[in-house]
Amino acid sequence: MNNDKVREPLFHIVKRDNFSTKRAWIVRAVAILLALIVCAIVTMLLTGDNPFSIYATIFKGAFGTPRKTWITFQNLSILLIISLALTPAFKMRFWNIGGEGQVLIGALASAACMITLADKVPNWLVIVIMIAASLCAGAIWGLIPAALKAKWNTNETLSTLMMNYIATQLVAYFIIVWEVPKGSGTVGMINANTNIGWIQVGNKYLLSIIVALLVTIGMYIYLNYSKHGYEISVVGESERTARYVGMKVKKVIMRTMILSGALCGLAGLLLVGGINHTITTTISGGQGFTAVMVSWLAKFNPITMVFTSLLIVFLGRGASEISTAFGLNQSFSDILTGIILFFIIGCEFFITYKVNFRKSVKEDKENV
Amino acid sequence: MENRIAAVSLRNIKKTFGSVVANENVNLDIYKGEILSLLGENGSGKTTLMNMLSGIYYPDEGQIFINGKEEVIRSPKDAFSLGIGMVHQHFKLVDVLTATENIILGLPGKLNLKEAAGKIREICDKYGFEVDPDQKIYNMSVSQKQTVEIVKVLYRGADILILDEPTAVLTPQETEKLFAVLRNMKNDGKAIVIITHKMHEVESLSDRVAVLRKGTYVGDMLTKDTNAQEMTNMMVGRSVSLNIERPDPVDPKPRIAVRGLTIRDGEGILKLDDVSFTANSGEILGIAGISGCGQKELLEAIAGLQDAEAGSISYVSDDGHKEELLGKDPLKIQEMGVTLSFVPEDRLGMGLVGNMDLTDNMMLRSFRKGSSMFADRKSPEKLANDVVTDLEVVTPSISTPVRRLSGGNVQKVLVGREIASAPKVLLTAYAVRGLDINSSYTIYDLINQQKKAGVAVIFVGEDLDVLLEISDKILVLCGGKVSGIVDGRKADKNQVGMLMTKVGGESNE
Repeated sequence: MNNDKVREPLFHIVKRDNFSTKRAWIVRAVAILLALIVCAIVTMLLTGDNPFSIYATIFKGAFGTPRKTWITFQNLSILLIISLALTPAFKMRFWNIGGEGQVLIGALASAACMITLADKVPNWLVIVIMIAASLCAGAIWGLIPAALKAKWNTNETLSTLMMNYIATQLVAYFIIVWEVPKGSGTVGMINANTNIGWIQVGNKYLLSIIVALLVTIGMYIYLNYSKHGYEISVVGESERTARYVGMKVKKVIMRTMILSGALCGLAGLLLVGGINHTITTTISGGQGFTAVMVSWLAKFNPITMVFTSLLIVFLGRGASEISTAFGLNQSFSDILTGIILFFIIGCEFFITYKVNFRKSVKEDKENV
Repeated sequence: MENRIAAVSLRNIKKTFGSVVANENVNLDIYKGEILSLLGENGSGKTTLMNMLSGIYYPDEGQIFINGKEEVIRSPKDAFSLGIGMVHQHFKLVDVLTATENIILGLPGKLNLKEAAGKIREICDKYGFEVDPDQKIYNMSVSQKQTVEIVKVLYRGADILILDEPTAVLTPQETEKLFAVLRNMKNDGKAIVIITHKMHEVESLSDRVAVLRKGTYVGDMLTKDTNAQEMTNMMVGRSVSLNIERPDPVDPKPRIAVRGLTIRDGEGILKLDDVSFTANSGEILGIAGISGCGQKELLEAIAGLQDAEAGSISYVSDDGHKEELLGKDPLKIQEMGVTLSFVPEDRLGMGLVGNMDLTDNMMLRSFRKGSSMFADRKSPEKLANDVVTDLEVVTPSISTPVRRLSGGNVQKVLVGREIASAPKVLLTAYAVRGLDINSSYTIYDLINQQKKAGVAVIFVGEDLDVLLEISDKILVLCGGKVSGIVDGRKADKNQVGMLMTKVGGESNE
């Protein structure tokens, strides 16, 4: 320890006040660039492959052919709808991590309608009932944790998570009930011959994209301009303030979770009725959880969410492409995705805070 | 005097938060055996400056000398090792632990509660504190908790003590006790800095006064050479009047009648016990009491935010018609046509939303208007602009989040919104808590204007001098009971102080 010298800390962290949006975007761009460089280094060290050909492959994987582009946008739509569904709950500081279960139960409701109503009512009516059933199922799955929270102040993180498992087990049970052919453990393509309950607009990808577009615009308006949206923000910021101006906090929580759950149910409907025409326990593929990240990354802004979900889907699809093209293990693509997300999330720190490094002691003395 | 070595010397201290300069070019000396009052308006950087001394913030520029030697204070631990201890406005104690446990919390070495308790008793005897080392914090009064905080820093060997608004939560009697202790510590050679807004305390306690204005150091002087008027002028930077107006009541008629109100909190503890009084229109009813004596519950019950066990609260309209308010929520009260405005104690936790801008905060009261599903932002925007102009709110724009404003400006925004609805009843809780002189007088003026407009004002206050100057009647609460109702024009401070501690002012409980 040198006691003559003033021991200033090496650096200290200061919160930024005004950081222009333009500069913030520059920081984010630099972060992505840095992420790509680190990825390139890691790729070369671990595989010896040329990083640029890997990047080209990632891009090709997502946008290489018209079909791949369509699928990318379809995946984007589903992830976006789920993210948008979670957003009002998150804005209300209600940590709904039950997106997965709400999607599954919506999917289950759709499948149930397709299977049980196929030869009883006309196709258009099946579709109408499917829509209603999946929205309701999702809404109920969202409402249960909300009601528990409103009535007994239970922790929503736990209850929404538990509801996921219930949904998964219910789907698993009904798959056995509806098994085709018996003993296969799968439902198979539902109504493969009659196509009853198959929802399509134009080509088979377009429906989800249109729905996602409408939900994005609708959610943006709902959150920013409607009275409900305002109530959600106030309840999220301070329940006491909400009570003080006479808002019915419990009602707002339950109403918002009904909306959140119903939109997740809608994603389930699209997955079963519009895309897969079958049901499995993994039909939502963890997107209920990925959506949590998408929503947070976008800071709960529905428009920004389009880009954050595109980023995640793009990386995911590109990553699986390189694992096939280069014969690499699937884990390698996860490593790359991880590196890129680390940089993107990490750069937010530098947007919020500034790091001041120690000036030399000499310089300080001259100033005195 | 010039030959003494300063216990603390601050030289050219600068601290910025983003683009906001909190402190700049501050030079300040603190001497041993002296009590220094640090004065300044809200947002003048007093607390920031002291936080740099106690290691919570790190200065951007400048030097700190302790006993003549330059030091770097990176953390509260560094501050403690230099003998600097700060008692914060908000206590940092663990409720379920005893005084001793709180005091030794975080200290290195072996845990020896007995020895620690002995040392604590020693400190208490030395300076005249009254604290039981084995008492749990949740059983303590506010003043006892504060004592624990002070003993805590002394236990750690502090000889430079900083107290941030220590008297805000104390009764006059408790304040006197605290001052006596502080004088003992001064005589023991400790350096003491006290931040306060109350001029008479500065005059009675401190030896020297240092004034900050807008983050810069204005000057210091000996307390005996100055007076309240001069200090205030230095703080504000221009001449201000220090008299609170008390216009005669305007056509007083009963407006709020509270009868036998009894309230228990969630844990079944009696908060209000059989409280009855009447608040008249065109009058200010002051409510005095030590904090936690049921003031909060009383106001919240009138505002429809608190359920009661028994009793009634009726609103008497101009034609003498009575409406029961108890058991109705704020929305229902509003729908009944009772315009009731409430400036709660916790401004950013209850009255306003810190992260929202001025417009959105104005909207809290008006967003329901109209049958459209979309909220109208035009009229709140206009109201925000009006409040900013009329009440001289200092803010970069109306789209600034209110948490970025200083305490006084936050309060102006809240009061501005609450009186914009032309209320019949105005409830205010600690309307000037933490506000500087200038902002306080703006708020008193606004309240008086409401009184003149025939509003029934219920004013919960903590500064007895102010209560005695502004109120027409003063209701004194003690432990949830009405201890007395006195005439604001005739009552004296001692009498009210006694009523605050003992029901009826008698010495037998």
